[in-house]
Amino acid sequence: MTSNAPAPRPDPAEAAAIWRALATVVDPEIPSVTIVELGIVRSVEPEGGDWVVAITPTYSGCPATRVIESDIHEALAQEAPANVRVRTVLSPPWTTDWIAPEARRKLREAGIAPPRHGAPDAAGTAVPLQRLRGDRDASAPTGAGGGDVACPRCGSLRTTLVARFGSTACKAQYRCLDCLEPFDYFKPY
Amino acid sequence: MADPIPDDRQLFDYVLRLADNGVVLAQRLGEWVGKGPALEEDIALTNVGLDLLGQGRMWLAYAREIEARHAPPGRDEDDLAFLRDSGEFRNLLLVEQPNGNYADTMARQFLFDQWHALLLRALSGSKDGRIAAIAAKAGKEVRYHVERSADWVVRLGDGTGLSHRRMQDAIDALWMYTGEMFAVDAVERQLIAAGVAADAAALREPWRSSVAAVLAEATLATPADGWMQGMNGRGGKQGLHTEHFGHMLAEMQILARSYPGARW
Repeated sequence: MTSNAPAPRPDPAEAAAIWRALATVVDPEIPSVTIVELGIVRSVEPEGGDWVVAITPTYSGCPATRVIESDIHEALAQEAPANVRVRTVLSPPWTTDWIAPEARRKLREAGIAPPRHGAPDAAGTAVPLQRLRGDRDASAPTGAGGGDVACPRCGSLRTTLVARFGSTACKAQYRCLDCLEPFDYFKPY
Repeated sequence: MADPIPDDRQLFDYVLRLADNGVVLAQRLGEWVGKGPALEEDIALTNVGLDLLGQGRMWLAYAREIEARHAPPGRDEDDLAFLRDSGEFRNLLLVEQPNGNYADTMARQFLFDQWHALLLRALSGSKDGRIAAIAAKAGKEVRYHVERSADWVVRLGDGTGLSHRRMQDAIDALWMYTGEMFAVDAVERQLIAAGVAADAAALREPWRSSVAAVLAEATLATPADGWMQGMNGRGGKQGLHTEHFGHMLAEMQILARSYPGARW
């Protein structure tokens, strides 16, 4: 290759193949949703003759992150053109607002209440004090989520927070006061 | 010996401070695995620990890049976490304090979380783009830590006579480690002037007022500021640690040191 050879014109069919490959990668913790639906894949762009897939991590300590990265490489190796690189970007940080409507439906079907829209402001320290007590008082209409977290099974809004961290860091544990079932709530991030 | 990274010395040191707070507190929280007072708490403690470890890794990865500018390839995350001795760690004395009882653990978490959230919010405006990006991301996670630890301070403080006494004792005993969080030394002073570091002294009043509000809700007394540990450039941020730290580090590092390069 000579140094002044023009970069090959990006072929849109290649981009489509890359997106198809990425759409086969699922979250190992929630296998019904793909990483594209979760908003982990930010872009697929041509760069100097290569394709660059930009991905963004979800929770900093999420053990699934490494699995997802290796699954991405595997899927791309099988389905996509050879000149693809994967780049991790931190900013802007991932937010649950990027989760696609289709994935929200799938989460509910998997028994997980999807996150409410409107990612909270990062890092305020002023915890409304009534929230601290409201959480534990099942009769309180709005605890830390009670009141606006619908039970994924029966749809009731009479739900109460059990613990702010559930089976994974991204979820909280809730209980439905009508059907009495416990469930996971995907916290807004 | 020549200083390996003369130009970025202070930045490297500052990023290590951020990293080590996460790594060390994550290790302490990990000591609770399988011993939490309830299943939900066991899970929550370790999830908070995972967040902090993940954040620590992002800071360590940045520290490596800074070091690599002068001494390539730089020590990687594992080398920095597992092969540094006590005097090379830059964490606050507060986060290395032993777990004690559950009130001790949650009081330590509460005092740290309240500061951590304020710090990250300030750092998300850092002129160093990498620091700003990591801080913005970590801040989203710490928001839930803040809620949880404040909840436990209220739950135990305004609980039974015994739980109230233990939480008050824990807050009182840890208070002398809180001064260090707001002490600005030469490393930070220059970085603050450059718009890179957060001015820790400016966090003191907002920290104090939100801590006092939660303690009042918990029917607990806010301690008066007395003699503080780790001040005047002689604390964890400068590599001078309490006696507990070496023991913690021994357990944290034994595998990596006994089996160099171990993989599984």
